[in-house]
Amino acid sequence: MEPINSIPCLEKAMCKCSEELNAKVKGLNGKRAIVVCGGTGCLANHSEDLEAELKRLVKEYGLEDKVTVNHVGCFGLCSQGPFIKIFPEETLYRAVQVKDAETIVKEDLVGHRIVEDLLYVDPITKMRIAKQEDIPFYKKQVRVALHGCSLINPSLVEEYLGCGGFKGLKRALTELTPQQVIDEVTNSGLRGRGGGGFLTGRKWQFAANVEADQKYIVCNGDEGDPGAFMDCSILEGTPFSVIEGMMIAGYAFGASEGYFYVRAEYPTAVKRLTEAIKDLEEAGILGDHVLGTDFSFRVHLRLGAGAFVCGEETALLNSIEGKRGMPRPRPPFPAVKGLWGKPTCVNNVETLATVPYILREGWEKFASMGTEKSKGTKVFALGGKINNVGLVEVPMGTTLRTLIYDIGGGIPGGKAFKAIQTGGPSGGCLTAADLDTPIDYDALVAKGSMMGSGGAIVMDEDNCMVNVAHFYMNFICDESCGKCTVCRIGTKRLYEMLTDVVEGRGTEQTLEDMKAIASVLKDGALCALGQTAANPILSTMANFPEEYLAHVKDKKCPAHACKKLVSFTIDPEKCKKCSLCARNCPVSAIHGVPGKEPYVIDQSKCIKCGACLSGCRFDAIHKE
Amino acid sequence: MKIKSEVAADVRKICASYANEPSPLMMVLSAIQKKYGYIPLEVQEVVSQEMNIPVAEIYGVVTFYGFFSLNPKGKYVVNVCLGTACYVKNSQTLLDKVCEVLEVKPGETTEDGLFTVDAVRCIGACALAPAMMINGQVYPRLTPAQIPEIIDSYRKKEEA
Amino acid sequence: MNTIQVKIEGRLYDVDASLSILEAARSVGYSIPSLCYWNGGHNSLASCRVCLVEVASAQGSRLVASCVYPVAWVGADKGFEIKISSPKAIEARRTSVELLLSNHSKDCQTCVKNGNCELLNVAKITGAKDNRFPGEKSKATYDDCAPGIVRDTSKCILCGRCVERCKEAQGIGILGFEARGFETFVGPAANRSFATSPCIQCGQCVNVCPTGALSEKREIDLVDEAFRQGKYVIVQTAPAVRAALAEEFGNKIGTVNATGRMVAALHRLGFYRVFDTNFGADLTIMEEATELLHRMKGEGVLPQITSCSPGWINFAEYFYPEILPHVSTCKSPHEMEGAIIKSYFAKTHNIDPKDIFVVSVMPCTAKKGEAKRPQNAANGGLPDVDAVLTTRELALMIKRSGILFNELPEEEFDQDLLGEYSGAGVIFGVTGGVMEAALRTAYHALTGKEYGPIDFKEVRGLESIKEASLDIDGTIVKVAVASGMKDAKKLLDEVKAGTSPYAFIEIMGCPGGCINGGGQPFVKPTLQPEEGANVLKEYRQKRANILYTIDEKMTLRQSHNNKDIIALYENFLGSPCSELAEELLHTSYVSNREKFPNLK
Repeated sequence: MEPINSIPCLEKAMCKCSEELNAKVKGLNGKRAIVVCGGTGCLANHSEDLEAELKRLVKEYGLEDKVTVNHVGCFGLCSQGPFIKIFPEETLYRAVQVKDAETIVKEDLVGHRIVEDLLYVDPITKMRIAKQEDIPFYKKQVRVALHGCSLINPSLVEEYLGCGGFKGLKRALTELTPQQVIDEVTNSGLRGRGGGGFLTGRKWQFAANVEADQKYIVCNGDEGDPGAFMDCSILEGTPFSVIEGMMIAGYAFGASEGYFYVRAEYPTAVKRLTEAIKDLEEAGILGDHVLGTDFSFRVHLRLGAGAFVCGEETALLNSIEGKRGMPRPRPPFPAVKGLWGKPTCVNNVETLATVPYILREGWEKFASMGTEKSKGTKVFALGGKINNVGLVEVPMGTTLRTLIYDIGGGIPGGKAFKAIQTGGPSGGCLTAADLDTPIDYDALVAKGSMMGSGGAIVMDEDNCMVNVAHFYMNFICDESCGKCTVCRIGTKRLYEMLTDVVEGRGTEQTLEDMKAIASVLKDGALCALGQTAANPILSTMANFPEEYLAHVKDKKCPAHACKKLVSFTIDPEKCKKCSLCARNCPVSAIHGVPGKEPYVIDQSKCIKCGACLSGCRFDAIHKE
Repeated sequence: MKIKSEVAADVRKICASYANEPSPLMMVLSAIQKKYGYIPLEVQEVVSQEMNIPVAEIYGVVTFYGFFSLNPKGKYVVNVCLGTACYVKNSQTLLDKVCEVLEVKPGETTEDGLFTVDAVRCIGACALAPAMMINGQVYPRLTPAQIPEIIDSYRKKEEA
Repeated sequence: MNTIQVKIEGRLYDVDASLSILEAARSVGYSIPSLCYWNGGHNSLASCRVCLVEVASAQGSRLVASCVYPVAWVGADKGFEIKISSPKAIEARRTSVELLLSNHSKDCQTCVKNGNCELLNVAKITGAKDNRFPGEKSKATYDDCAPGIVRDTSKCILCGRCVERCKEAQGIGILGFEARGFETFVGPAANRSFATSPCIQCGQCVNVCPTGALSEKREIDLVDEAFRQGKYVIVQTAPAVRAALAEEFGNKIGTVNATGRMVAALHRLGFYRVFDTNFGADLTIMEEATELLHRMKGEGVLPQITSCSPGWINFAEYFYPEILPHVSTCKSPHEMEGAIIKSYFAKTHNIDPKDIFVVSVMPCTAKKGEAKRPQNAANGGLPDVDAVLTTRELALMIKRSGILFNELPEEEFDQDLLGEYSGAGVIFGVTGGVMEAALRTAYHALTGKEYGPIDFKEVRGLESIKEASLDIDGTIVKVAVASGMKDAKKLLDEVKAGTSPYAFIEIMGCPGGCINGGGQPFVKPTLQPEEGANVLKEYRQKRANILYTIDEKMTLRQSHNNKDIIALYENFLGSPCSELAEELLHTSYVSNREKFPNLK
């Protein structure tokens, strides 16, 4: 493309690109456009092969002049992927396998007949739905941070420009002073999307107030929360918007260098981001004198190397500096003394992806969404025991019930909802009683959880909350950097105590000791990771005290999830003496006489693997 | 132990290629890890000399980050996801099964050097939970029963 | 000084606004327990969480690490109050200590740091309960392979003080934090032994370690065994020992010249002879000054660098093997003295040198390794020195023998062939001292006259690098002095590059010289409140002053005027740097670079 080295050039390009994108979507160019999901979930399901196959078939069928094929960012409804969408009809096909490509080409592209089998089926009405906007999953969503994701090709700056890209930057550079940009963001009420929820504008203001020869803006893409992939999807689906947000931030508080710190576990995101940076440098949008103005900005990419704690901003800075990712005491805050001792703002991926929207649409529009103190939208990664696993973006204030039932489609297999864990290992579990809680930073904290980065894992009746807390504690203990005493040793002790509880050695005193360490951890740890490390325990203890008591007093796991507390027995009345269970048992713990005597499990030998239970065809084996 | 001079020269070249970056240690180590699959102490000593950072500090960085490895990894790295979404769908049983089949513990490499088993935190395939990844290939919605067959397929590939 | 008003425990105080909460509270009479905090914040990782205090305001309250939290952030004008005694803070500090104890090998009774343990002290202060949180312990390493220093990670609390010392004060960085989380430990790369790492054994890490994780390798047993075998056990004491030994017996730093009582104690411990290493120092000066003159005449390379400090020698052999030809071949004073005891003294007294056991009391951990060097065994392979005790070990020997040190009379070193010593020898114990002593003698050797002012004050003072020039009858001799390896590197790089403008360089391994050696009594502000808050800034100067005072009061102040030295040369050695002197008093060095073949 032509260089975009001045504002008029940019305006011209925007005009042209938006016409082109519009033409593509509406079919004004006389072509139909197939977009294939290129998100990690669909890629893992071979969407790349699917895209190649579609391209091959389009050629084979001589449709090259009539059909284009390319990939786009995440569609969100990942559990039903891979997705393809055909414009201008906007037909959405789901779970498309490589072998389905030919059918689509033959039927839809050539024959103009919708392939009914590949359409989304409403689980309740059993109706097939052809258009994305008619699917309940999408109805209550608003895409701000994910703007353009699943529409534009993340590798083409032209398509980003076509959907409003760099309008925000242009407005900042041409119409606003840096201070006005900060005010705009402050007024919008945007709070950090990575965890703490600090007002983004205020953070920028701190950095702006410090005099320095060099300042940095750092994008925190070290999404470590297991079970969350929001940042991954944003970087994959719309990398330009994050860079634009970073540039706006740089202009606002005077940073001329930006650093991305992205998990190395996200190869696709890293690849697209690298390409995006290169494209923008070549186009002249990144570099000296951005768009011919006095503002210069360069972007660097650094990869994480597998340490959860590096999501903590000071640990992240140490990591960029080539050190062990151990958090620094604050103050001094990074806004005063950050990367290489210079004023630095660390903003999360989603935060920066939201900034262009605010500048493009104006703070009022952003602030019109959400609750009093939590404005705009939030992206969640819905996971666990929920029908629609995937990526969703909803206005703040949406209730958890809406999130789980209307958007998430409820719990699979007719099981009962038990809890939703938000905020990842640092967050907490909320119960059925909390389902009407609006998604709001302060409301979630008040309920003992937190917004976190947006992981939302749903648990059903089969999940034991003590076991879940044990899982999180194991995670935190493994990921503790080891710097401060209360986290290094405290999480280890908590993990050991929880192990005692899930294995039947715990007592009520164990629970008291856990509370004592948890409270010191919360108040006395060096960094946010440590301070929130006990949340999974504290919130499950508060919300499910009876489960803990059952483990320590009755030595029972009500959800039958804690192996050591479960026993398997065979009902002699129901046993048909078929011997299948005995044959399935890996440790020969089951004895009986085929056809004559009912089978019995020797509890001293049983390793509680459950092989007998899943094998029994007569429902004769019970787990308790 | 002295490392081969061509390796030392290559490591020096990697260091030199990042010489203009501020604080490039992580980038250098990542590049070495990527190229050689591990970063033994001897290589760290070369890096230490090139970058004028004490070996103890480099060793501290290498052992801090899960991505860096002191020992060579197997030809196939089996990453079983223990992210929350996978865990609540019983991915622990997948890991147990993989370890059972390969007769190693998480983090270990089989004697033939073919497989390394790692428990990892979220591979971004939550929608496909529980999932496992072998050298970048994702195996979605697994049950323990499928594990032996998958492992076998790699063994067969080797034999062929 | 900017002051700020703070509210501590309900009362208002004006404090220095640049301080941390901990320091500010200390300045107005409060004591907050701490572990990782050290030396005015030079090491403040805020990691131990033992100094947590509550900061309360109308917005609520929270705990902060007082060692790093700037008091300026919590001024009374902003509505803050600092609470040291709030139940929340007390409970948090106690729990932090209890957690540390739960991962600590609690063999306190037999621990070398018994009596000097800061962890035990904070446990006492915080009221920590025993075994409140029992559990698994981190994997531990016990390393006693190196000659001078023992590392026992089961006692390490990861405060990082040693890491900071090794890297920031010595510029070496042998120690680092390794692994992660509960398995984090401090040690040389790959958890190797000190013996297989380029560790110079200076012991600065031992001096700052709050617990028994780092300690000197004790050799008291060797001495006991020598007595048991009926050997002629002869002891010699280094100059710096007398400047600090009294501290071990409750005397304030810098208040007691312990020479007389130390000698009295050694007599009571049954040593056959009690000699002063100062005699060896005078001998060193004779040899070293002569060597310098030879080099100045073109026999050998300049600058000449001193060789008294074994930490420095280790450093040179590991990191600067190229400059070894510059290092004086003179053995260090106690090695020279040992060699003379086993030759001249033995011969004169008709004792088989094999029956002599020489014990050196040194302020140093590296001396232990120096005594074991094969190059330091002049008399038919017999080691010049058989055992090296640190100042701390000597104190222990005195204590266990029931000797009331403070009540001892003052006694004289034994005057027996090598009894006399000069003030020049005494100041060997402080940075610049060897240089000053050598210049006094070199001046005399070159001019035949005594250097008028005697004192050569340009090289005094505890700065890490000092330089001066001396006009010796029209010849300007430029000299430099460095202590601590970090700053010595600057001088060494010049030597290596061939651009060094100096003729003579003195280098000592420890910052400040031997008075601050790795074997000296511990200086621990939290355990010695009577020393005042600035003790870490002042103790070196206080110890140095003792040595300079001794020198000043001596009538004999130049090595070449020591009558026993003159006699030694007349009766035995011939002249300085004679063949016999070379054999007994000079040593050689080896490059240890090849032990680390991947280094360039």
